[in-house]
Amino acid sequence: MAKFDLNDETVVAVIGSGAGGGTLAHELCEKGIKVVLLEAGKRYGIDDFQNDEWGSFGQLSWLDKRTTSGSWRVAKDFAGLPAWICKTVGGSTVHWAGASLRLQEHEFKVKSAYGGIAGANLLDWPLALADLEPYYAKAEDKMGTTRTNGIPGLPGNNNFKVMYAGAKRLGYKGVHTGRMSINSRARDGRGSCQQIGFCFQGCKTGAKWSTLYSEIPKAEATGKLDLRSQAQALKIEHDAGGKVSGVLYADKDGNQHLQKARAVCVAGNAIETPRILLNSASSTFPDGLANSSGQVGRNYMRHMTGSVYATFPRPVNMYRGTTMAGIITDESGNDPSRGFVGGYEMETLSLGIPFMAAFLDPGAWGANFAQAMEGYETMAGMWLVGEDMPQESNAITLHASEKDQYGLPAPNVHFDDHPNDVAMRNHAYKQGSAVYDAVGATATYEVPPYPSTHNLGTCRMSARAEDGVVNAFGQAHDIKNLFVSDGSQFTTGGAENPTLTIVTLAIRQADHIAKEMTAGNI
Amino acid sequence: MSNSGMNRRQFLQTSGLAAAGAAVVASGSVIMASDGAWALELDTLTGHEGVTLLDMSRRLYPHPSLGDMYYAGVVEQLDGAAKGDGGLAGLIKDGVGQLNSAKGVDWVDLSEGYQLEVLESMEATPFFQKVRGTAVVALYNNPLVWRHFGYEGASFEFGGYLERGFDDLKWAGEPSEDASPKAG
Repeated sequence: MAKFDLNDETVVAVIGSGAGGGTLAHELCEKGIKVVLLEAGKRYGIDDFQNDEWGSFGQLSWLDKRTTSGSWRVAKDFAGLPAWICKTVGGSTVHWAGASLRLQEHEFKVKSAYGGIAGANLLDWPLALADLEPYYAKAEDKMGTTRTNGIPGLPGNNNFKVMYAGAKRLGYKGVHTGRMSINSRARDGRGSCQQIGFCFQGCKTGAKWSTLYSEIPKAEATGKLDLRSQAQALKIEHDAGGKVSGVLYADKDGNQHLQKARAVCVAGNAIETPRILLNSASSTFPDGLANSSGQVGRNYMRHMTGSVYATFPRPVNMYRGTTMAGIITDESGNDPSRGFVGGYEMETLSLGIPFMAAFLDPGAWGANFAQAMEGYETMAGMWLVGEDMPQESNAITLHASEKDQYGLPAPNVHFDDHPNDVAMRNHAYKQGSAVYDAVGATATYEVPPYPSTHNLGTCRMSARAEDGVVNAFGQAHDIKNLFVSDGSQFTTGGAENPTLTIVTLAIRQADHIAKEMTAGNI
Repeated sequence: MSNSGMNRRQFLQTSGLAAAGAAVVASGSVIMASDGAWALELDTLTGHEGVTLLDMSRRLYPHPSLGDMYYAGVVEQLDGAAKGDGGLAGLIKDGVGQLNSAKGVDWVDLSEGYQLEVLESMEATPFFQKVRGTAVVALYNNPLVWRHFGYEGASFEFGGYLERGFDDLKWAGEPSEDASPKAG
């Protein structure tokens, strides 16, 4: 691994080592560009991962101070935990389920496709599916996504078998074990899935793609990566000309350092990324960096989510095998006759007993809750994930008084469902329950959204500088050597799990940065 | 692992060993099963407070076939948290006092209906939230309790479930090969 000087102004500083930052760092290194990768969390190996839900949660999660507001139920049940994401090398690619779906063509131009939706701050992406297709192909190859590149699908587990049977009886067509970046065959130096379960707790065989043990070691092998873990980015500095010049960060002992940089790429996930920009306000940029549009932190999206669990007369043992073991894609299109715009995916999901107790009906107690838990062995479950509407008032803002451990304003996450989100969730709950009823469910449970895993849109891409924060390459409209490299750049969310698109955008952004550097523009 | 045998819950139900009612006694700072099967020594709470909290935990998450020792795990957590935290110890002791005074009858002697009424009236209190929040983790994060629910927990050390029943379900039929290819 390389070690670059704090005063080396030729490095690119990347903040965050997850799907966006970890991939971008690797891609830049492969092009011979020196990268300092700042990661707030510790570096673990797969041997450190725990098949233990609460133990792993304490090990991997981002638990720094955060506050919540708005009418979403998470603000009541998990007031200090708006998002379920990771603080560790590899970021949330350690925790992710592995679903790797391309956005659909119309999802890049929803303002045109959906028309005016009251209360929704809709905007078309400044790029089209065709622009991303070659990069999607590279991402799928990099990640080893099943059902692409000749890679077979994964075998379905018990949870999938139940969903499949119900879906077929309802007449659904697009039902299979999904496009998953989990090896169904050994590939790229990683083994095949052993159906351990515990995908959310860090894959102990490395069958699931993660930047932790794929992109980052490859980047290190180039000799161009200086990875600094337990390095919390605090503030991005800029020069008199308004270009960014470096990143102030705190090391594990709390000592602060300024890493100079030729360009800065922010990939801290959609809560931390806008927070860093806002916390970097200066006399030149009093509203925060790259915020002439006022859109930094706004249009926070978290996907329409919810779950349906059902009990059956006979055992299922849903927890055995891949957590997200299959998908129904039939509801993912835009069919406004259902009473909402956009679509949703139905994906199997399982929780162990500890998390089922926490998430089945947060805060609930009493005989009905206990009765539901008694049915655990016979439960099947699915997650419902769909496009939610961007709203300007759903926002990451700096808390007026709460501070983090470095004395910086903590982020507040405000979220209210849009009526379209509620209508979609209503439809999804009914369809999810119908799937299980079709195979003889004895009870179905509509489970509210978990703390957000898909955090999007808070530094969105736009064609015009006044509508968003970054351009089609994730480059800030206001500051040409500042980039946003995570899900924050999503103009709208689509129905699909976002990781594949984040990786795709990072690969494309790396090409753009290299070109801009060669041209002497940054 | 197979589904053919009875799990612990079914065994307890059929064998008539299900623990029901207050088979727990307090003695000084100790709570114990009346048959001596287990005992828990408390640091901060009195035995009477411990028994009350154990019974409250059971009313919060009533699993008739789950033995008292699992609910005692909740008391152990609360007692441990209260040790060295005077504010929390006070909160818990005051809360237990409310449970015992709400109807003028000791909590453990209250009928199930009255117990529920008292809990519902206290639902918004920090005491209730503390006990509920502790109980939902302490009870359901106990590997012995997992067995009761048929959850097998960690699998890595056994090679995962690839050869141990990840797809052994027969009652729903088999997906097509295209939808669910065989493991490679």
